[in-house]
Amino acid sequence: MANRGASTVELCSVPALLARNARAFGDKPAYREKEFGIWQCWSWAEAEAEIRALAMGFLALGLERGEYVAVIGRNRPAHYWAMVAAQMCGAVPVPLYHDAAAEEMAYVLDHCGARFVVCGDQEQVDKVIEVQDRVHQIEHVLYNDKRGMRKYDHTHLHWLKDIEEEGRAGHSRLEPELDRRIAELTWDHTCVMLYTSGTTGKPKGVVLSNRNILETARASCEFDHLGRDEEVLAYLPMAWVGDFIFSIGQAMVAGFCVNCPESPETMMTDLREIGPTYFFAPPRMFETMLTNVMIRMEDAGDLKHGLFKHFMEFAKTTGETYGMPRYRKKQSKPTLRRRLRWGYRYAMGIGFAIETIVENAVRGFFVRLRHPLEARKYFKAKGPLLNLYPQPLRDYFNYRTGEVLVYGPLKNTLGLSRIRVAYTAGEAIGPEIFEFYRSLGINLKQLYGQTEASVFITQQPDGQVRSDTVGVPSPGVEVKIGESGEVFYRSPGTFVEYYKNAESTASTKDPEGWVATGDAGFFEEGTGHLRIIDRAKDVGKMADGRLFAPKYVENKLKFYPDILEAVVFGASREKCTAFINIDLTAVGNWAERNNIAYASYQELAGHPRVLETIQAHVEEVNRSVADDPMLSGCQIHRFLVLHKELDADDGEMTRTRKVRRNIIAEKYADLVGALYDGSTSIYTETEVTYEDGRKGSIKATLEIRDAKVAQPARNGQVAA
Amino acid sequence: MNMVSYEPFVTEDGRTIGDAVMELRNITLRFGGVVAIKDISFDIREGEIRAIIGPNGAGKSSMLNVISGFYTPSEGEVWFEGRKRPQMRPYQVARQGIARTFQNIALFSGMSTLDNIMTGRITRMKSSLAAQALWWGKAEREESEHREAVEKIIDFLEIQHIRKTPVGRLPYGLQKRVELGRALAAEPRLLLLDEPMAGMNVEEKEDMSRFILDVNDEFGTTIVLIEHDMGVVMDLSDRVVVMDYGKKIGDGPPDEVRRNQDVIDAYLGVSHD
Repeated sequence: MANRGASTVELCSVPALLARNARAFGDKPAYREKEFGIWQCWSWAEAEAEIRALAMGFLALGLERGEYVAVIGRNRPAHYWAMVAAQMCGAVPVPLYHDAAAEEMAYVLDHCGARFVVCGDQEQVDKVIEVQDRVHQIEHVLYNDKRGMRKYDHTHLHWLKDIEEEGRAGHSRLEPELDRRIAELTWDHTCVMLYTSGTTGKPKGVVLSNRNILETARASCEFDHLGRDEEVLAYLPMAWVGDFIFSIGQAMVAGFCVNCPESPETMMTDLREIGPTYFFAPPRMFETMLTNVMIRMEDAGDLKHGLFKHFMEFAKTTGETYGMPRYRKKQSKPTLRRRLRWGYRYAMGIGFAIETIVENAVRGFFVRLRHPLEARKYFKAKGPLLNLYPQPLRDYFNYRTGEVLVYGPLKNTLGLSRIRVAYTAGEAIGPEIFEFYRSLGINLKQLYGQTEASVFITQQPDGQVRSDTVGVPSPGVEVKIGESGEVFYRSPGTFVEYYKNAESTASTKDPEGWVATGDAGFFEEGTGHLRIIDRAKDVGKMADGRLFAPKYVENKLKFYPDILEAVVFGASREKCTAFINIDLTAVGNWAERNNIAYASYQELAGHPRVLETIQAHVEEVNRSVADDPMLSGCQIHRFLVLHKELDADDGEMTRTRKVRRNIIAEKYADLVGALYDGSTSIYTETEVTYEDGRKGSIKATLEIRDAKVAQPARNGQVAA
Repeated sequence: MNMVSYEPFVTEDGRTIGDAVMELRNITLRFGGVVAIKDISFDIREGEIRAIIGPNGAGKSSMLNVISGFYTPSEGEVWFEGRKRPQMRPYQVARQGIARTFQNIALFSGMSTLDNIMTGRITRMKSSLAAQALWWGKAEREESEHREAVEKIIDFLEIQHIRKTPVGRLPYGLQKRVELGRALAAEPRLLLLDEPMAGMNVEEKEDMSRFILDVNDEFGTTIVLIEHDMGVVMDLSDRVVVMDYGKKIGDGPPDEVRRNQDVIDAYLGVSHD
């Protein structure tokens, strides 16, 4: 039994890695879940026992090799175990989005042909039963949460625990078969099948092999030096490739502990209790956290507010230098030495604070002696009187003081005090948000990836982090830029195929293994960092052949709190122009503070001082765009502020708040025309749909403004 | 046994309703010259959801207070679990296994959800006040047992996210849920709900209905509820007592009650179909 499940030396499957972990560090925590208000913990050895019992239960039910097992539920250890147990039996787990409607589920269940469906709770079981008359091949439905299930017909319905018991009872009969199946697994066996969310057309099943998942996980663990002492919080949907890589791939390879929150609502509390060291969140999440901090800071007392403002301002310039955790190559336990060092640092921080106060008092005394009448003025002047420390040391100590007073408590409140590596991906993150977290000493980085690549395409190495790039190619990944500017990659993580869809496979992946991402980007000269500018299909050429990437400029504009939406025009035109939507909350707040009276959105949007502010923003964006030799053509020459908010009810946006460029261009053709014919104002009437479906119209005269265009940094450079 | 034994009957959704847990025999309740309840008799059977309905001032809440032992009936007898109940103080009734929620929320608003539900366990605590204050010996062990029971209820009612929030800060619907939790914490044999859905929106009502059904189903608790929302009453309850001006004017399964002419006249209005 010593080498059960691990007949292969190279550990080429998740079950093999599980066996290794259970053998090498069986008593370390593998899974935690908060239940009944207490964190329940399973060690690797316990987890292995549970998973094996479950796998034997599956065998007893007749699970065959190569079959698909659908798993539907929120992040809970039992669901992860069901996935690994399915792999042990030679089957392929297919996690589904648990918030999907029954209709969507029916398609996926039918497409993968799963006979076994593992459900989280009654809600999911109900959905599966609902679609069962259309998806005939479903034979066994298993559920994890017993609640409300008593009255159901249990001929084809099983409780996971009962299945486990059955597995344990028949272990003498089933164990040899299970070990045989585990030993059969190779690099080329399918590890998991994940369905893309299907925003365009039907979802596609992305088949990822053991090689894809495990090689990627191994490379990325090495990249960030992830060890077995990491803590992660598994809260992202299980059907998303990221969660599979983080919570199964990397967790198995590195052997770290996966923590599952009690319920989706308690996620923030659980985050704080666990204090993960490795964390992933979409930009929106970081945005929300920051907004909450800011709102609560507004309500705080003057002292706290002042401290917060002072130290956050200070951290902007120094956080990157003094705040980051050491980029440790190896994870190790908090030794006595390290604790002493921290104690020393805190003591120095407090000491420095006292020293500063004393010094200021002394300085004040001397200043008052010399300049009794103008003391206040001199006292305010910068530069220490008793110059005991050189500037970097002063900054260091200042930062440490800030750590004690502001940064530390703030990170603790956010649940991010122990973060070593945090990633954000999915869309562009605002530079201010990004820098806020980094200045706190949180090692927040960006990565770029997709399901077909087993997540990682590029990521930012420690010490080379910026808000406008997505980093360098991940280890083992080759990236090239196509003719049209589209990004292609080839890596060990590149997916095998789309399940039962050879046509799509062929159009995405060429015979040499290069996969098209559908995004346009370029490598920055000098640093070798990849920058993603837009979806490839939105990127066009301007009349003179320069690259036109509207989303890139729009994102830059939208990072200003005053600007809610922006639509940039310029494809096959000489110059770029833009529509801008102001953000009523931000601008309204500003107007209130500056005594600007307004009666309506329209009036505020047309106010000359608002236009001035927006113009300043546009010109700032132009300057930053001009720094980019490839995109310098996208500077905005003329713009107008729209008199109404772009709205999904009017068809101007999708329900997920993405602008529909073509519809807007058509609907506001008169305004676009005015942007290009040089007129300074235009009268327009727009039809609007109210929420109850009635229609009305808005009349307005809009002012069109010219924005200053910056000189491109390097002239004559044209996109390849 | 002085109790009438019934043939167990099976409800529409397949639950078995057993013997009578409580019998009210010829209850009359007077406050001075006002007669709140006039000679009412009915029974509550093991495992059923029994609704009491009636127009405002019909004496529903008084009836509930008689059941809970808060009022002692002027005439008539209350039989609980086969024995005639003597005059009791409310806490003695609570120890017998009757718990209730109130029409107007009666929680400790400064205390957390967890603590509020914990108070529901007080009747079950055996260690002395001194031991509990010192949190020593038996009290310590006992507390973790009770905490476990409370956590199960928190999990059951899906209120994990407000475990540590003071209930005063919670929205109305959640407070009602916490109150239900506190009543459940006493592990009652008979649960009395006084207008559990009053003032709730449709979604909160749906949630509450689901919880009431789940309590009945999972714990087998017998439930008596007073409610104004006819849809809720007709869907939830197994049998309905209809009161008007302190008198019982109907008793039976929802469908039967709905057809009863007296009930239609008194309460539901004239049927339009």
